[in-house]
Amino acid sequence: MMFILIVFLPGIAALIAGLYGRLLGDRPAQLITSFAVTLSAILSIVAFFQITGTDEVERIQVLHWISSGGLDFSWAILVDPLTAVMFVVVNGVSALVHWYSIGYMSHDPHKPRFFAYLSLFTFAMLMLVSADNFVQLFFGWEGVGLASYLLIGFWFDKPAANAAAIKAFLVNRIGDFGFALGIMAIFLVFNSVDYATVFEKAPDVAGTSIGFLGMELDTLTVITFLLFIGAMGKSAQIFLHTWLPDAMEGPTPVSALIHAATMVTAGVFLVARTSPLFELAPITLGFVTVVGAVTALFAGTVALAQNDIKRVIAYSTCSQLGYMFFAAGLSAYSVAIFHLFTHAFFKALLFLGAGSVIHAMSDEQDMRRMGGLFSLMPLTGTMMWIGSISLAGIGISGVFGFSGFYSKDLILEVAWASDAFGANLAYWVGLAVALLTALYSGRLLFMTFHGKARASQSAMAHAHEAPLSMNIPNMVLTLGAVLAGIFAVHGFTESEEFWGDSLFMLEESVAILEAAHHLPFWVKMIPVLAGLLGLLLAWYFYIRRPDLPAKIAEANRPLYQFLLNKWYFDEIYEALLVRPMKLLGYALWRIGDGRIIDGFGPDGFAALVMGLARRSAALQSGFLYHYAFAMLIGVAVLVSWFLFFG
Amino acid sequence: MSDWPLLSLVIFVPLVGALFILMIRGDDAIVARNAKFVALWTTLGNFILSIPLWAGFDTQDAGFQFVERYAWLSDSITYHVGIDGISMLFIILSTFLMPICVLASWDSIKTRVKEYMIAFLVMETTMIGVFSSLDFVLFYLFFEGGLIPMFLIIGIWGGANRIYATFKFFLYTLLGSVLMLLAIMAMFFEAGTTDIPTLIAHGFDPSLQNWLWLAFLASFAVKVPMWPVHTWLPDAHVEAPTAGSVILAAVLLKMGAYGFLRFSIPMLPDATVYFTPLIFTLSVIAVIYASLVALMQEDMKKLVAYSSVAHMGFVTIGIFTFTQQGIEGGIFQMLSHGLISGALFLCVGIVYDRMHTRQIASYGGLVHRMPRYAAFFMIFTLANVGLPGTSGFVGEFLVLVGVFQVNTWVALLATSGIILSAGYALWLYRRVIFGVLDKAELKSILDLTPREVAILAPLLGAVVFFGVYPQPLLEVMHVSVENLITQHQAALEIARSVLVAGK
Repeated sequence: MMFILIVFLPGIAALIAGLYGRLLGDRPAQLITSFAVTLSAILSIVAFFQITGTDEVERIQVLHWISSGGLDFSWAILVDPLTAVMFVVVNGVSALVHWYSIGYMSHDPHKPRFFAYLSLFTFAMLMLVSADNFVQLFFGWEGVGLASYLLIGFWFDKPAANAAAIKAFLVNRIGDFGFALGIMAIFLVFNSVDYATVFEKAPDVAGTSIGFLGMELDTLTVITFLLFIGAMGKSAQIFLHTWLPDAMEGPTPVSALIHAATMVTAGVFLVARTSPLFELAPITLGFVTVVGAVTALFAGTVALAQNDIKRVIAYSTCSQLGYMFFAAGLSAYSVAIFHLFTHAFFKALLFLGAGSVIHAMSDEQDMRRMGGLFSLMPLTGTMMWIGSISLAGIGISGVFGFSGFYSKDLILEVAWASDAFGANLAYWVGLAVALLTALYSGRLLFMTFHGKARASQSAMAHAHEAPLSMNIPNMVLTLGAVLAGIFAVHGFTESEEFWGDSLFMLEESVAILEAAHHLPFWVKMIPVLAGLLGLLLAWYFYIRRPDLPAKIAEANRPLYQFLLNKWYFDEIYEALLVRPMKLLGYALWRIGDGRIIDGFGPDGFAALVMGLARRSAALQSGFLYHYAFAMLIGVAVLVSWFLFFG
Repeated sequence: MSDWPLLSLVIFVPLVGALFILMIRGDDAIVARNAKFVALWTTLGNFILSIPLWAGFDTQDAGFQFVERYAWLSDSITYHVGIDGISMLFIILSTFLMPICVLASWDSIKTRVKEYMIAFLVMETTMIGVFSSLDFVLFYLFFEGGLIPMFLIIGIWGGANRIYATFKFFLYTLLGSVLMLLAIMAMFFEAGTTDIPTLIAHGFDPSLQNWLWLAFLASFAVKVPMWPVHTWLPDAHVEAPTAGSVILAAVLLKMGAYGFLRFSIPMLPDATVYFTPLIFTLSVIAVIYASLVALMQEDMKKLVAYSSVAHMGFVTIGIFTFTQQGIEGGIFQMLSHGLISGALFLCVGIVYDRMHTRQIASYGGLVHRMPRYAAFFMIFTLANVGLPGTSGFVGEFLVLVGVFQVNTWVALLATSGIILSAGYALWLYRRVIFGVLDKAELKSILDLTPREVAILAPLLGAVVFFGVYPQPLLEVMHVSVENLITQHQAALEIARSVLVAGK
């Protein structure tokens, strides 16, 4: 019952707020949804302690869904340690974001709708993580996509928000396209879409091949590859990342919940959940590693050149997701989920903090018009600092570190210890990105909170510390950003029992994880040094010598433009995909349907008949001598015929 | 009650209603009002009457149920009706949609209301007749008879360019029908009967099969409509009155795919296998081509019409996979598309009634004035996109699961349709509903009336309910579809063994 409540409370709240929001009024709608999700979060924590560390798996069938021939699956709730961890992340952050939003959205005229969407999202995400089969996972997957679409486009008057919403949905659909094909392949191979059956049979299937698009390919490689395309879309990995920065058009709490802490991590969850398949598909794992590493680097570099405070954090998210993926690619699923867990705290904190700043600055998001805000909003400033330090992964191995320190360090250590495909690349990229992370985080902090105030006098006079309703959720998250790592590191990554049977690792993968924990002290401290160096550089560039960044940008104009324009992905897609597609659609309509099919079909036929009719009509001129002449010719022809052939 | 001729009642009650309306005399306004009410009660009554067909349906019986057979033209051409798991739900779909159509026409039809309602009721009889006929001549009668009321509905109550659209519609469908008639005659001369169950068991000579199959294709492909004989559909939809579009999209289009299921596949198994690649090719083209064209439409109705073509592409793909999932998915997709496209046409009609334009560019920002409309339209749009949890997903998913087992290329290309459909559907929604409401003529547009809510709500309920819990529909199909597949395979076995023996 508890598990059912955890999943369905937010759903019911969403329905109530959505259907009767206008009837109930703003405040009740806000409170119903917030309390429902909070209750769900509290129950999640209970579930967490009940389930993790045991082999216990709760499976509750809710309703039969589809059966057709051999295909048969249900709506069900499956709770194992992996799900329990995700419950805490999803409901925990969601509850905080709900409460924060009461303050943040206080001036918005559409509050019930906003809260209904937030709860709807929470519900879909919970369905996603508690699915016991691939199709329900897909339901949650598309459901969160829908909620994301609705929330990005929440301010429907803004053309940019509408465009971003559609873009998010479409790019995700490209990923879902792969995901859906993956499910079809799973059914073809395993004759089932239930996790239990599929995972049990996976070792038997390993090494067999499947005919796909006329090629004979390794079965599990095909399946995992297709699934991973879905993960790339949802988790904004390179090539399918373009929607995430644009998604920042949505209200900031949305960015914190969906585009930082939960939905975008669904791809990582997918890989961890299907680890029994991925673990047996080394080629796909290599691909995952490379994609993760490249994304981490790409997004890290772009974040350096962005001026919109939310976009910096968005690219940072993208980059951190890259970390999670290469950890998963190196078979360290538990470490990937650990980073997902810590990241949820400090990234949600950064977004909500940024939200407080934007709120205070009357919706200004450009960091070039900020600066010197620390004295005006010291609490938010301090919390953002803590979040950033956690993100930069600062700490001393064996003593204490902020949350990000534990998870990020461990990822790099796994990369150091592993000799899987791409591990080397991942290590060096990861190290470089650690420096970049600290650099852009520092840049954000210094440009926003320190140095000269670049905002107008009136804006500065208006700026104020966020109200308590917004700061309390932030404080909770700050606590997480500081402590989540040190408390969870043992359970998440060292304990043998914590995950029960929910993550599958081959013995050599376990050995690497083991080895990663026992590296020398100096190896563990290298990433921290990179982080500190990054912060120092940021201080030097943005406080000590604020004239330098502009000069460097001037000197390396092409590089700067390249980064500023996000590697030109949007422009390339626009030119190569969007425009040709529209053109093709137009051509098929006007030429294909209009000129060819109709032209030679009904219209052409009608024209032909009309033409013939007109010509024969023209013969009937009405003049007697025309007819007489025609008769004469006829008689002549007839007579001749008989004369010659008769 | 079981010995009542229930099925015949469901078929002919609308006709009786039509006769009743015909006899209404008096002042124009009163006639119109009475005609509307008679039509509404007839269709509602018929819907209730049709429910026992579902409730009393034995889901374990693969044969035909509620069978009635009376002597008619000769010993071999009889009045023979009955339903199985494939046809039953289409009858329910038709009876379910008819009251909605009558209500949808309540205010928007202002001229010749009496004749309009008669046309609709006659239409209902022919639709139900098509899905319950077990005699080919009877089927043909209903199949073609249905053209006439539709022809009139578009031609009389249609838009500005209605004459062109009607003739196009008629030309296309008639051309196909003539060929089908020839095929029916050929079958009659060959087998000596037009009784459908007998013909299914007959086993036609493979060399004859191909010709018969192509003749059927000509008729059914136009109805579906398959690419490249689809161009009548956008024109017909654009010109038809709202309710006409609903029936056209929801029921008439299904007759083509139903024809494949009832005739082509069981009667002509060898030819079916032989031509399957052709169907796959045309269907995949339909999915991608129509989706791309839909993307660029400027007229809302045309966009929905092209989206219908794309969605019907999924249906034909599913049917020709000969897998349980594929065929059930195809049938489910037809039912679901009936609800969803019907609802979308109603949505377009609702704003058309207010603004008298269907140009997308004439709208924008409707959510400000019509939040309830926006919510309904959103859910139907999402269902059209195939979002899991709506009925649109179940059909598409089953079809794709089915086709993946048969041909991964077709699966891949068809699946790309889910990306494109999201593109055109959401883009339409954004341009019509979202944005700033800055057009002066939209400033006073009103939200849904209770009548309009009453039209859309049942559709919404069905779309969501069968998306979450499709079992009631799927259970009905299981045995009949299984039977279809086994028969099909058995027939192929026989043909193969004959071939081997011949060598």
